[in-house]
Amino acid sequence: MNSSHRGLLFIPAGFFLLMLLLLGKALFWNQREIPSALLNRPLPEFSKPTLDNPNQTITAAGLRGDILIMNVWATWCPPCHAEHPHLVRISENEPDLVFVGVNYKDDAEAAGEFINTRGNPFAYILTDVDGKLGIELGVRGAPETFVVDREGFIRFKYEGAIDENVWQEKFVPVISQLN
Amino acid sequence: MIPEFGNFAIILALGLSLMLSVVPMLGAARRQLQWMQTARTLTTGVFVFMLAAFIALAWSFLQDDFSVAYIARNSNTALPTYYKLAAVWGAHEGSLLLWVLILSLWGFAVSVFSKDLPIDMVSRVLSVMGMVEVGFIGFLLFTSNPFERSLLNIPTEGADLNPLLQDFGLTVHPPFLYMGYVGFSVAFAFAIAALLSGRLDAAWSRWSRPWTNAAWSFLTIGIALGSWWAYYELGWGGWWFWDPVENVSFMPWLVGTALIHSLAVTEKRGVFKSWTVLLAIGAFSLSLLGAFIVRSGVITSVHAFAVDPERGLVLLCLLLLIIGGSLLLYALRAPVVAGNSVYGEQSRELYLLLNNIILVVSMAMILLGTLYPLIHEAIYGEANKVSVGPPYFNTLFVPLMGGMSFLLGIAVFTRWKRTPVNHLISSLRPLLLLSIVLGLALPLILQAEFKISVVVALALALWITATLLMDIRNKVRNKASFMNGLLSLGRAYWGMQLAHFGLAVIICGICLTSQYSVEDDVRMQPGDEHEIEEYVFKFEGVREIVGPNYDAQAATITVTKSGEPYLTLQPEKRRYRARGDVQTEADIDVGLFRDLFTALGDPRGDDAWVVRIHVKPFVFWIWLGAFFMATGGVLAILDKRYRRERIRKNSRLDNSSVVSNTIAINEAGNVSTKSFDSNETRGLVEERV
Repeated sequence: MNSSHRGLLFIPAGFFLLMLLLLGKALFWNQREIPSALLNRPLPEFSKPTLDNPNQTITAAGLRGDILIMNVWATWCPPCHAEHPHLVRISENEPDLVFVGVNYKDDAEAAGEFINTRGNPFAYILTDVDGKLGIELGVRGAPETFVVDREGFIRFKYEGAIDENVWQEKFVPVISQLN
Repeated sequence: MIPEFGNFAIILALGLSLMLSVVPMLGAARRQLQWMQTARTLTTGVFVFMLAAFIALAWSFLQDDFSVAYIARNSNTALPTYYKLAAVWGAHEGSLLLWVLILSLWGFAVSVFSKDLPIDMVSRVLSVMGMVEVGFIGFLLFTSNPFERSLLNIPTEGADLNPLLQDFGLTVHPPFLYMGYVGFSVAFAFAIAALLSGRLDAAWSRWSRPWTNAAWSFLTIGIALGSWWAYYELGWGGWWFWDPVENVSFMPWLVGTALIHSLAVTEKRGVFKSWTVLLAIGAFSLSLLGAFIVRSGVITSVHAFAVDPERGLVLLCLLLLIIGGSLLLYALRAPVVAGNSVYGEQSRELYLLLNNIILVVSMAMILLGTLYPLIHEAIYGEANKVSVGPPYFNTLFVPLMGGMSFLLGIAVFTRWKRTPVNHLISSLRPLLLLSIVLGLALPLILQAEFKISVVVALALALWITATLLMDIRNKVRNKASFMNGLLSLGRAYWGMQLAHFGLAVIICGICLTSQYSVEDDVRMQPGDEHEIEEYVFKFEGVREIVGPNYDAQAATITVTKSGEPYLTLQPEKRRYRARGDVQTEADIDVGLFRDLFTALGDPRGDDAWVVRIHVKPFVFWIWLGAFFMATGGVLAILDKRYRRERIRKNSRLDNSSVVSNTIAINEAGNVSTKSFDSNETRGLVEERV
């Protein structure tokens, strides 16, 4: 009887070890760059309504031909609020790039309000209410930003808020290669 | 030279902590008094040298010594002196130095306030703290040294402190938070010492209680400060985001709260010993886990320090040694035999157990939500990622806390061992009805929109308040006079009531502000007006101002209330010169019943700006409630029994054992402690029972 109780006491240690293994594994995933599985792969196929007009849908194929900056954002995400004004300025300075917003698991009304009052850096805003597109893109959290080339291949991904410095250091070199 | 002194002080502290982790522990095992007596001296030594290192870093900051790489990255000659000091803990290395300093401070506090503890207990406790110190001082010295110099290319100017941190709330937030996190190391050390010596007795739990309360109170204030800072500094009026780093500070708090309650049961009734030990290990382990998550960058978050996998790996090894080691010790040494006291269905023990289960389940669901993106990725591969947002946390956490608040009301009324059910029902039914009726009536009286969630939350808050008032009345009823009765209740009792009342206040604050806030983002040109309820906000325009290390655009917004001039708010948008970072400074009119929140958004051409205007009812109550909770914790520490214990021991009161025996018999015979009238005897009753 006692020995079986003693066994139960090992449960916390077991859980802890499992968690430690997980954290150890996670430590070596390179957080801020694209996972190798998606790098240089085509953008997943999707067909999503836009935020301002639910009847208009945008497909992955329809976006082909331009270099896309796909930004995954949501009003519930604090860093997205911090990122937004930077994104507005960057998009104003980069007329050749097509900025596509993916409004991730968000409330459409709040998102519309957010864009109306804080400026719209995007050519299109896709709504991803159920988060399916986010999952296919391998989104870990918001904000995340993808660079997609003219043929529709994902070339770069950045996790976290963008500002002008990040843009210059991380995005500009990738984009100049694509040109 | 000063940075070298600081570096040398850390090395000395490491040496002393190495000795501390070995010598007194061996002394306790071999009963060598002289070895055990080194514990206090070594603990003091570690603290003194860590303090010296901290002062050396602070001094170098004040001197603008940019040859120190850490200072060059986080300070600037134009930074106001106050923020130069705050910049000491503004990034990873310095904040780790503060972390270790606070760890050694808690050790020092234990060595000072443990004069009555048996020497072998003191040596084991301090020695365990020494082991933790070795790990973290080593980590500081070898991977994160704040005194590292870059002598080849000394910058003439520093890069400045992150502007988000240039704020009073955030300068005091980390010290409080660390006092809380690290404070749980004391309860942890007591638990490990008790496991090692095999003495999990009432003395162990009695000694752990004030230390746990102290750490918990600090952590409560620390979390509240962080939330308050987010509210007014981040500029979008939110106060909690279920961000991973918020979650990792909240988890030790939940387990610490469970520990406070479980320790009470273990001390008074001698049950749940293994569980209490596990919670003591758990609270500190979660604090360490938090340090790992924040400093290793495994999870993306607004709070993350610079990411460095190598540092993360070292921290992970420390976690394995400290937490893994203590959980293994727990599995091998924790008592499996249940305490021999019994408790019935409607006993206080049972309700405190339920409280513990709810708190630990809440912690587990937050842990799962925080780690879930990693778990998912580990199972389904790196291409398959998910993220967990506030809906998950709110859906699970709110009902759990609702259930806990309801049980809290009953628990306050129950007695140890067994409570007559009839008595419970007859005294609680009217209170329950009253809470529900008032919960329904209040929104109507205040002419607010009817929402069922508001009614439930208000009813729960009223229920907690009503039961605690009734309990005070019951306790005072048999006393000679009302005042006499109030004064006879111990500080620990008032502490409990105040902390529980704090919970009721927080429930009101959270519910009312999230249901009734008006949050408008409007485009305004000079002269434009915006009306919310009885307030009219008039945008007068934006002017340029020059701060010490930033330039700012400040808006002037005049507010009239019901037509009368009320006040002027001046939210700013600052651009910090050194880094070019832009930072929003909200201007808030704080009130007991509502806050007027204004923040300046982006310019929209033609002198137009986006202006964020929020009216947030009762938001202040969130922090007010947290303050009540923390004050309750402090009151409990100040309870007479802890001091009387000392006085009694010092005066060698020989008949104390006789008195306590009598009481033990009385307790077994269910005689209420009320029969002991003199205060002195009551004190003894509380200590012994």
